[in-house]
Amino acid sequence: MSHAAHGPNWPARIAIALASFVALILAVALAVTIGEMRIPLDAALRALGNGLFDLGLPVSAIQQGVIFDYRLSRALMAGLCGGALALSGAILQALLRNPLAEPYILGISAGASTGAVAVLILGLGFGGAVLTVSAGAFIGSCAALAVVALLATGAAGASDRVILAGVATSQLFNAATATIVTTLASAEQARGVMFWLLGNFGGVRWPDLWIATPVAFIGFAVCMLHAKALDAFAFGIDAAASLGVAVTRVKVVLFATTAVMTAVMVSIVGTVGFVGLVIPHAARFLVGSGHARLLPACLVVGAIFMILADVLSRILIPQQILPIGVVTALFGAPAFALILYRARRPA
Amino acid sequence: MTLATHDLRWGAGGRMIVDGVTLQAAPGRMLGLIGPNGSGKSSLLRLLCRLRGVASGVVTLDGRDIAGVPRRELARRLAFVEQQATTEVQLSVCDVVRLGRTPHRAALASWSPVDEAAVNEALARVGLADRHDQSWHTLSGGERQRVHIARALAQQPSELILDEPTNHLDIQHQLSILALIRRLGITCIVALHDLNLAALFCDEIALMHDGRLQAAGSPETVLTEETIRRVFGVPVAIRSGASGRRHIEYLVEADKERTRP
Repeated sequence: MSHAAHGPNWPARIAIALASFVALILAVALAVTIGEMRIPLDAALRALGNGLFDLGLPVSAIQQGVIFDYRLSRALMAGLCGGALALSGAILQALLRNPLAEPYILGISAGASTGAVAVLILGLGFGGAVLTVSAGAFIGSCAALAVVALLATGAAGASDRVILAGVATSQLFNAATATIVTTLASAEQARGVMFWLLGNFGGVRWPDLWIATPVAFIGFAVCMLHAKALDAFAFGIDAAASLGVAVTRVKVVLFATTAVMTAVMVSIVGTVGFVGLVIPHAARFLVGSGHARLLPACLVVGAIFMILADVLSRILIPQQILPIGVVTALFGAPAFALILYRARRPA
Repeated sequence: MTLATHDLRWGAGGRMIVDGVTLQAAPGRMLGLIGPNGSGKSSLLRLLCRLRGVASGVVTLDGRDIAGVPRRELARRLAFVEQQATTEVQLSVCDVVRLGRTPHRAALASWSPVDEAAVNEALARVGLADRHDQSWHTLSGGERQRVHIARALAQQPSELILDEPTNHLDIQHQLSILALIRRLGITCIVALHDLNLAALFCDEIALMHDGRLQAAGSPETVLTEETIRRVFGVPVAIRSGASGRRHIEYLVEADKERTRP
């Protein structure tokens, strides 16, 4: 916040926006060119040209498919997912005034898991039509949210209660998931469930992006409109209200926004831990705690982190893809420890 | 006309905490709100700022019911300093004071020279102009309270409400905070614990007990030996102090209370 003192510094802002954009492009380029199948850079570029602008350049159908339909959609989805989860974490930390708040604390991922597992193992469906795993996960996360809302309504705005309600809901849905898996799943199914529970970009295709892209960007726009209101929450709810913030409306709008963003991302890629918790703290370390700068920073840093984590998940062990949640935790935890350690010093 | 309440009631958990309070603040004057713990001072202040909704009765600002005033408009008129509000967020002094500009800025408005001037003036008025960039977490209790007052001043209010601003401060800082508030020249309503400080600084005093207003008026009329004994349960002797203001002496024989070996 402190650097915004001297009014909008447009050249600096444009420079930062450009740098972020270039960094994102580089991360995506890395994700598109690195992988199991070695594809020369020129072939990769031709495939991108074909896919994006329909140029009809000569490139083999397999390479075309791998680059454009597999790797590019996967990288973009990773970016959207990382950005949206980081954004949600920053919003929840501000609203609940708790540095440990993140999307999963509201039980969203636990609900999504139960929904996904119910579809994977029980084959739930409506009127004969079997639900997709994503749809099941989305319904599950909405159910978890409803339970949290129900448990927290009596709390009259006490943020601790919301977190407790989230923890209780997570436990409930995790127990439901475990019950279904242990009693009904075959070994093969259990393995599939495990993979889903730890996050997986493998199944991402273009149609997923048509849902995730508008959700992430509309969510970001809504959050940015409330950036000043979020700053006002620093000293608590009464302080925000006495500064003219319509506290109830802001909370409802922002909780709903983060819930939808998280539910959509989790329903597509499974549960990916750590990003919502760690990235906002890292971003605060970079740009300070004013939300007008923090929220865009979360979006960009979250996106780059997730794209790179996905690249690592594909190359760390040859012939194998690690679940994305494993990679985010393996690299996120030490990074977080480092941030905490360095952040202690000046204070 | 400024802030006034009429037959204000508010309760929680089936108990009336503010019970039929009718009170008027005089423009540009400092009104002290005193009363024992749990007498409803803090709740009354929160009702005045519309941080709680009234159960019945009305709070008016220039004769207009504040329940109908949009929150942002209210915040440009009325500022509130809480008791000991703090934060985990890493903020500098000017970050905190800037929050006071929130009700004056549209959602996407950028920081303007008018905002900057208001912040600098507010910091100068509380004597912290040189602490502009210091971290909130390195400030002392008295300095934090000053920053909160500066934040409130950056709202450019015509009414300022403070909930025990001198709590947990040493006597020097208590005196300097109250002198500062008195110098502001805007209508102030201040909840206070210390009766002598209230007598020393306030133009008028309102005494709360069990949610009801027991007395209101000049310190001389409100602070009587009989009233204080009745409300606080403490025997006192009231003299004229060196300043010409009332001075309250507590008639407790401390040595007698001691258990003898």
